[in-house]
Amino acid sequence: MTAPVARAGRLPGGREIQDWTSQRTSLARRLRDQVSWSLAGLALLLLVGPLLWVLAGVVEQAARVWRWSMLTSTTASGGLLNAIVGTLVLLVGVLVVAGVVGVASGVYIAEFAPPRRRTVLRAASEVLAGVPSIVIGYVAYVALVVGLRWGYSLVAAVLALTVLVIPYVAKSTELAISQVPTAYREGAEALGFSRAQVMRRVVFRSAIPGISTGLIVALAISVGETAPLLYTMAFTNGYPSSALTHSQLGYLTYVAYIFWDEPTTTDQNLAHAAALVLVVLVVALILVGRLVVRLTQRHSETEAR
Amino acid sequence: MVAVLVVEAWPAIRFNGWAFFTSSDWTIGSLYSPPVTTGGVTHLLGVHYGALDLVVGTLECSAIALAIGFPIAYGAAVLVVERLHRRLAAVLGLCLEVLAGIPSVVFGLWGVLVLGPVLSSDVYPVLAKLPDIPPLSVFRGPVGNGEGLLTAGIVLAVMIVPIMAATTRDLLRQVPIGPKEGAEALGMTRHEAFRTVQSRWVRSGVVGAAVLGLGRALGETIAVALVSGSQIHSPSNIYDTMTTIAATIVNQLDSALTDPTHFAVRSLAEAALALLAITLIVNVAARLLVRRSSRDTALPVGAGL
Repeated sequence: MTAPVARAGRLPGGREIQDWTSQRTSLARRLRDQVSWSLAGLALLLLVGPLLWVLAGVVEQAARVWRWSMLTSTTASGGLLNAIVGTLVLLVGVLVVAGVVGVASGVYIAEFAPPRRRTVLRAASEVLAGVPSIVIGYVAYVALVVGLRWGYSLVAAVLALTVLVIPYVAKSTELAISQVPTAYREGAEALGFSRAQVMRRVVFRSAIPGISTGLIVALAISVGETAPLLYTMAFTNGYPSSALTHSQLGYLTYVAYIFWDEPTTTDQNLAHAAALVLVVLVVALILVGRLVVRLTQRHSETEAR
Repeated sequence: MVAVLVVEAWPAIRFNGWAFFTSSDWTIGSLYSPPVTTGGVTHLLGVHYGALDLVVGTLECSAIALAIGFPIAYGAAVLVVERLHRRLAAVLGLCLEVLAGIPSVVFGLWGVLVLGPVLSSDVYPVLAKLPDIPPLSVFRGPVGNGEGLLTAGIVLAVMIVPIMAATTRDLLRQVPIGPKEGAEALGMTRHEAFRTVQSRWVRSGVVGAAVLGLGRALGETIAVALVSGSQIHSPSNIYDTMTTIAATIVNQLDSALTDPTHFAVRSLAEAALALLAITLIVNVAARLLVRRSSRDTALPVGAGL
């Protein structure tokens, strides 16, 4: 005997109610189920496939021409050393400038800004994150390189990259601080800490893992950017000088972007090698970021994603 | 930033007028004849800047990227959230992060050295033989050497998949379990349950994710500069060379600097301003859509990479 079940009807809006209970799962429905999940599987393959293809392509192109001496000579003599050093100098610059400004604005948004200003600042930061890097590079060129007569220089490049990555640093700082367990603050305040002490000794300290992941993302972005650097830092075969302005610098993305099309095979090989070094650097940064998250999850109130 | 661009571009805006957006002739003018002054603006003889091809190229290229990339990102995200084991999902999360982190210059090199040749020798000839029926007839015509509109669209698609997939994944994870269980208890297949519950729950957020990807595609510079062929003209078919606003800025700033009247640089500033306006509109729209669908949840959506 079958139980009485609700028959299909109509909603007030005129839409039909399907009566799912009255039928067994028909072949057509099972087929549709299978087909749709297979399509999703195909999509996943189309996502992972190109990733592996890109990585394999980079490694293959570079493996054919790789010499370890590339790491010890400059681009003038078939190596990458000055570009690697330049990229690292740039990263240090970004870490310092974007680190200070980004973390400070993140802390301000999370802790001190009144609600309305907080909303405005968040929105502004999201908008900034959407500005194309070439536009930032162009503005830096017009305003800093030409406008302030700095010439192609490290400072102009660092500032351009800073503007590019600040939204990420600020956002992750804000999140990290807002995830510090309330009990920590309450405990510290109960012990008679002043607000500044609570901030510095408790909140900030337990937010450090989240903040450092944000900084690592910023570094990963900086490593891979080309467009904002082309016209702020130009390029040189020599080593970086200690001058902050009027100091052209070599960097890896330039080598990859320009040298692949140069007439000599030495230069073309360097482009492939530079691409490999770039990918290795980025993957290493991502793995370090993961490690930081893994090692320090105990501090966060909600489970890290 | 907007102020710098407007000040820099103002003479160009005045001189070029609306023709900047309605004509498609981009000429730097004669470098060998003395500069002339029209209405207070000094420029070279015979200049004409019409950015129609650039704007259209930018939009076409991003539209192709979205059309290819979005189904992949959506399908993959759905599969990861609904069907895959947690551990496998974490591995794919890492894949997405790496894919998002690979520098655009590396994608560009891969596109021009690996993907382009494969497509033009093996894939495009097949596509070009498709029957001449309206939706398919766009694929007809000479296939070129692999640098062009469709290749640029495909490379961009690979590049914007991570942000769209990650955002969609985070949205899907916020769908409460109750309605899902209810749907399955009614005897729906998983696919039917997904269509009735989850997909509606995240609908506007998913549109936002797509638009976020679109914003990335519009502003992408280096990869497009490498694989598009960088020809300022309107492509004669889907395989033909083309260029975008961002790629033109990076390609032309060098030669623009040779213009003693500074007018070429000003015109590029106007192009940069147009690009900024387009991407800002797109990004703000995307953020609003994503936010609206996740207003009551604590998790950050589309934050970071």
